[in-house]
Amino acid sequence: MTTESKPALRLSGIVKTFPGVRALDGVSFDVRPGEVHALLGENGAGKSTLMKVLAGIHQPNEGAIFIEEEKVVMRNPLDAKAKGVVLIHQELSLAEELSAAENIYLGELPRKSFGRVDWATLYDRAGGILKRLNCSFGPKTIVGDLSIANKQMVEIARALTVDAKAVIFDEPTASLTDAEKVVLFDVIRDLTARGVGIVYISHRMDEIFTLSDRISVLRDGAHRGTLITKETDEDEVTKLMIGRSLDLTRNIVAGELGPVAIEVQGLSCGKLYRDVGFEVRAGEVLGFYGLVGAGRTEIAETLFGLRAPSAGEIRVDGQAVTIRSPGDAIRLGISLVPESRKEQGLILGMSCKDNMTLPQVGDLTAGPFVSDGAEIAIFDQYRDKLAIKTPGWRQAVGNLSGGNQQKIVIGKWLSMQPKVLIVDEPTRGIDVGSKSEIHALIRDLAKQGYAVIVISSEMPEVLSVSDRIAAMYHGQLMRIFTAAEVSEDSLVQAISGIGAGKVA
Amino acid sequence: MQNENTARLLKQGAIWGFIVLELIFFSVAGKFLSLSDGAFMDLDNMLLLLKQSAPIGIIALGMTIVMINGNIDLSVGAIFALSAVILLDSMTWPIFEGLGDWVIPVSWLLALATGTALGALNGLIVWKTGVDAFIVTLGSMLGYRGLVFMYNGEQPTSNLNWTLVDFAEAQPLGLHTATWFLLGCTAVLWWLLNRTVHGRNAYAIGDNREAAVNASIRVGPHMMINFMIIGFLAALSAAVFYSESGSVNPNDGSLYELWAITAVVLGGTKLTGGRGSVISTFGGVIAIQLLRKGLGYIGADTETVNLVIGLILIAVLYLDKQLNRKGKEELRI
Repeated sequence: MTTESKPALRLSGIVKTFPGVRALDGVSFDVRPGEVHALLGENGAGKSTLMKVLAGIHQPNEGAIFIEEEKVVMRNPLDAKAKGVVLIHQELSLAEELSAAENIYLGELPRKSFGRVDWATLYDRAGGILKRLNCSFGPKTIVGDLSIANKQMVEIARALTVDAKAVIFDEPTASLTDAEKVVLFDVIRDLTARGVGIVYISHRMDEIFTLSDRISVLRDGAHRGTLITKETDEDEVTKLMIGRSLDLTRNIVAGELGPVAIEVQGLSCGKLYRDVGFEVRAGEVLGFYGLVGAGRTEIAETLFGLRAPSAGEIRVDGQAVTIRSPGDAIRLGISLVPESRKEQGLILGMSCKDNMTLPQVGDLTAGPFVSDGAEIAIFDQYRDKLAIKTPGWRQAVGNLSGGNQQKIVIGKWLSMQPKVLIVDEPTRGIDVGSKSEIHALIRDLAKQGYAVIVISSEMPEVLSVSDRIAAMYHGQLMRIFTAAEVSEDSLVQAISGIGAGKVA
Repeated sequence: MQNENTARLLKQGAIWGFIVLELIFFSVAGKFLSLSDGAFMDLDNMLLLLKQSAPIGIIALGMTIVMINGNIDLSVGAIFALSAVILLDSMTWPIFEGLGDWVIPVSWLLALATGTALGALNGLIVWKTGVDAFIVTLGSMLGYRGLVFMYNGEQPTSNLNWTLVDFAEAQPLGLHTATWFLLGCTAVLWWLLNRTVHGRNAYAIGDNREAAVNASIRVGPHMMINFMIIGFLAALSAAVFYSESGSVNPNDGSLYELWAITAVVLGGTKLTGGRGSVISTFGGVIAIQLLRKGLGYIGADTETVNLVIGLILIAVLYLDKQLNRKGKEELRI
């Protein structure tokens, strides 16, 4: 807007390295008073790191931060707040049992003598801020009773207890309905009208074009360009985001496709996802691509009996089935390699063998005792089959590398003889070399006749393992691409909700 | 929003509803089953009930603030006993010989200081080591109880001071001294939790520790203060009780920690912290005492009483969980 004024916040040549990773590589970036500057990038492009540097959570290795052209060092989030830079977290950080006012002034409650809280001042000030934000609730409302959108308002209100110069929103609409979004956008416009600079991080192209004045794109930790929103379009931004001349040759040789192994129609689960329908044949890999929170994992959890669907039908081998528990799913031949290996997939202190046989240890018995021999036989079989590198079956799983840990989880489920194997984020936290190995393994499993569903947030990954790709946006299955149709542009647009029409 | 407010009120009122139910039940059942002629809701009987609620009640108030803070204190029973030993024994110490009855306030202060110091030690360990309060106070429970036994072996520590007994048995304005202490502590702690910055921060820490840290609240000192408060209250409870009885056995106060926790939980304080109220804890204490007295009144023995209280506790927590379910979308376990 006001191009002449000096930036509210400016970063210059920020470098941030973590052991083995250069998360930010000389990023320069600024936001002017009264401007919305959108920050875009794929998962892992460095957006969160940049945001944490801005908010004083991380200290940059090189480079400098300026507030109104004055060089500052932000030691911690409070320091940053005191200097006028406030971060609105994607995951809200509120005390649910306390009132809105107490949350807004958490850690800074106004005091009277004897350490008493000055409630009059507190409610007065907090009420004023909530009124400025046009909130429908009062300062005495208990935060736990508020909707997510209103909780976010409380979080935003915290930013207004100081004279904020720049406010950073991290994916603020991730859990909001469309009506709530409109309110949020009004608040943001109101802030800019007051001369606050806004950094708006989002994946959602439509929002960015509605809201922002400028768009900056990060890729692989580097700043790839800043565009004036009015003078650009979605295609240009998409290209900047993907950028790389992909050496991802989709050399997928479709195997022999068998009969439909699992088929889903009109499956819904409350607000998490709606009216999802797809089928997977034996010998095929169906990839699910979308942003975090698009409902992909929840579908997997439903198929594995962890979440009850609110509507819809699941057919396994042509038979309509009801899956009430993971036990049901396993009996039907469905296995799930979960998203978070360490929390959901493995018992880290237990041995490789014990982890591998965990779901069926009740069957591997000799009389009343667990048969070590039978367990070791299974372990040996899948160690060889999956080329798991471990010193022996006694080794605690926690001591293995990420790639080998993942193979143990995959081996565990393969040993249950599934027909359908669901793999959620197969290579999260796994180094590059092992990644391709896991990808090859997934292709190989399809060739052997398993029906495989792969959920991933990494585009190269879905592209390199899937026969077909289902694009999810905000709980909706936007489109299923066949190998012939898919392109990076169309995928990015589908998962950003472009062409989604009005989402109810 | 209206619904949620109603639900909130309903929950806070639940314990009082339960107490009314108990009163009705025991009054009616007593007509048929009681061995005595007196009515259950006799004024003297109720006054006595309040007095008998005081020892565990005063401790339970402290437990409430510690649990709201997200901690727990298992050592209160041992602190109770050790403070009692200090109270009774110090009155016979040669250095205080010349004081006459002025030894009473001195001994009281000594006992209270003992409890506060032991609580401070708990709090300091929790703060500085970061070890879970459950483990720390489990250890200090054993340790402090050990100190009690080291003091006087298996022997009871006795010293009856008649001035003190008169004080403890007095009934100013109709209520017993112990009852006054219970009511006074409830009022002070209510004020502390609801009106002071320390109290509100205690809620915030128990509710969402990360949010509290992010908001620059110093978690450790707040926790330590709360452990000092419960230590002080355990000692106060002992001082009030043993002023009257004048003799403490080294095993006195055993399991008090569990009765206190039971009362707090019945009162609706969240085990994980962040929610609770001393008024409801007061209700929880009364409810337990009513059950004990009432079941005794209709002829049940102690074992039955414990069984019933245990069952009710589990039933209450089950109900609470059902009321708090997030609905069908939640993950199955």
